[in-house]
Amino acid sequence: MNDVAASTSDVDQGVEPAGRGASVWTLWGRGPWRTLTAVLLCAVQLVPLYVTLAVALKPQTDLSSTWALPRHPALGNFARALEEGGILSALLNTAIITAGSTALVVAIGALAAYPLARSRSRFNEAVTLFVLSILMIPGLSLLVPLYVLMVRMHAISTYWGIIPIHVTFQLPLSIFMFTNFIRAIPRELEEAALLEGCGVFGIFLRIVLPLLKPVTVSVVLLTAAQVWNDFQYSVYFLPRPTMRVLTVAIASYFGISGSDLHVAAAGALLAILPMTVLYLLLQKYFVRGMVESAFK
Amino acid sequence: MERTYRSANVFYIPALILFGVFVVYPFLDGVRIAFTNWNGYSRSYSYVGLRNLARLFSDRNVRLAFGNSLIYGFGSTILQQILGLSAAVLLDKKFPGRTVARTILYLPVLVPAVTMGYMWVQLLRLDGGVNDLVQVLGGHRVLWLSDRALAVGAVVAVNTLQYMGISMVIYLAGMQAIPSVYYEAAQLDGAGPWEQFRGITIPLLYPAFATSITLNLIGGLKLFDLVWALTSGGPGYTTHSLATLIYSSYFESQLAGFASANGIMLFATILAITAMLQAGLRRTEVELS
Repeated sequence: MNDVAASTSDVDQGVEPAGRGASVWTLWGRGPWRTLTAVLLCAVQLVPLYVTLAVALKPQTDLSSTWALPRHPALGNFARALEEGGILSALLNTAIITAGSTALVVAIGALAAYPLARSRSRFNEAVTLFVLSILMIPGLSLLVPLYVLMVRMHAISTYWGIIPIHVTFQLPLSIFMFTNFIRAIPRELEEAALLEGCGVFGIFLRIVLPLLKPVTVSVVLLTAAQVWNDFQYSVYFLPRPTMRVLTVAIASYFGISGSDLHVAAAGALLAILPMTVLYLLLQKYFVRGMVESAFK
Repeated sequence: MERTYRSANVFYIPALILFGVFVVYPFLDGVRIAFTNWNGYSRSYSYVGLRNLARLFSDRNVRLAFGNSLIYGFGSTILQQILGLSAAVLLDKKFPGRTVARTILYLPVLVPAVTMGYMWVQLLRLDGGVNDLVQVLGGHRVLWLSDRALAVGAVVAVNTLQYMGISMVIYLAGMQAIPSVYYEAAQLDGAGPWEQFRGITIPLLYPAFATSITLNLIGGLKLFDLVWALTSGGPGYTTHSLATLIYSSYFESQLAGFASANGIMLFATILAITAMLQAGLRRTEVELS
């Protein structure tokens, strides 16, 4: 499976070995059919975004079909979403929690992966297996005892409460990715550093860490997207209105009966804007990271 | 050098502490709570033996949620493979607009599931966009989210569309790894496009199938956010997944012991199904090679 993972960096660079799969491709027919099919698929995927935009640009009094764009688009709903929906404070909370969690996942994950990749004793193999098995636990199956623990630690609705939860459940994947990456690095440089009298932490910090840049990019994007988009932990552990993150703020605005759905739609668009822009800018790295993490 | 590496073992202590405090301890505590009649806030409670476990098997809502989780899991997984593989075949070869199409088809993966759910609520309302289409085609407006069968179908459909991009990207990566000489040789032997697809692409995509199916299945079985946004488990309790039912039992019905037992069942279900899936996938792999 390694060759699959290795080749994935080409996925979005349009590297095409000549003639490869030329006739499998014709399964979709020739000429305009493929473009038409692609356009149709994309249209379906854009429908929810388009309709949300159409709704967001209309005042509540506009009763036209949700498909119709308004004749006079109004930006008032966006302004109201920022004021009433608490989007700005939610944005700040989301940014702080995402940055904190991601930094810790990278630091603790890379550190933990180093001995697991280099010293393959039976005990370390058991630790690796334990870490991988945590990947299988759905966080919600621990909801009751985790909630009890957080209440007892007075950690509900605090940054220092939610961040360790995110870090814990994101760590296994990052440890797994760092371990695989470090195993592929030759040991000569580390041996040379040892002969020069470098300590083990110094070797890790000065020799290994700088080599981890490519996999770190993948870990950062994967973790940040997961934490930024999280709803299930945030809705339990950050209930106080001033501590809401974006997903919770949007859900509670939609959830209040009688609230203006047009304002809610505007809020939803504002909330997904930062991650969407980041994805459009760094698409290649997002896709590569997803594929690297998927092939185990 | 080995001794130096061994001294690095202290580096994983921070990670192990986190796993101990936030996974192992809660897990054991969860098993303990599952044997109590605790309501989630009072100081006193008593141990009730296997009563919560027995209730898991007799409770109608649990049975419904269990069935729904299986439908969400397997239904979305099957549809995602069909759509994802079709899109990957479509977008494997260069043509104008291919990069844009890939970007758009993967974009929904980066939208929070709960937000995507609320966007679809706008479309599925009585006066929403889907019903506008139904009416244009000559049908009557339908309350999509107020009927169990339609609502379960809507959850599967929205989940499928949102995450088909994951399957697509995995299949694209797998197809890039197939050496072109295989296709060239098959063409020389006179194999048509369909034979090449069945004889080369499908068997060589095996690791991609295994990966994509496992990811989609686990994602569907533990579905929470989307159900919350689309139906909140309603009408009645008929569209709950196991994950949303745990929430509802704990925070709405104050049955912490029961909810904890339910959580253990969710974990055991996912563990059992993935174990069976892995065994099945390994057997097929042996047969193929």
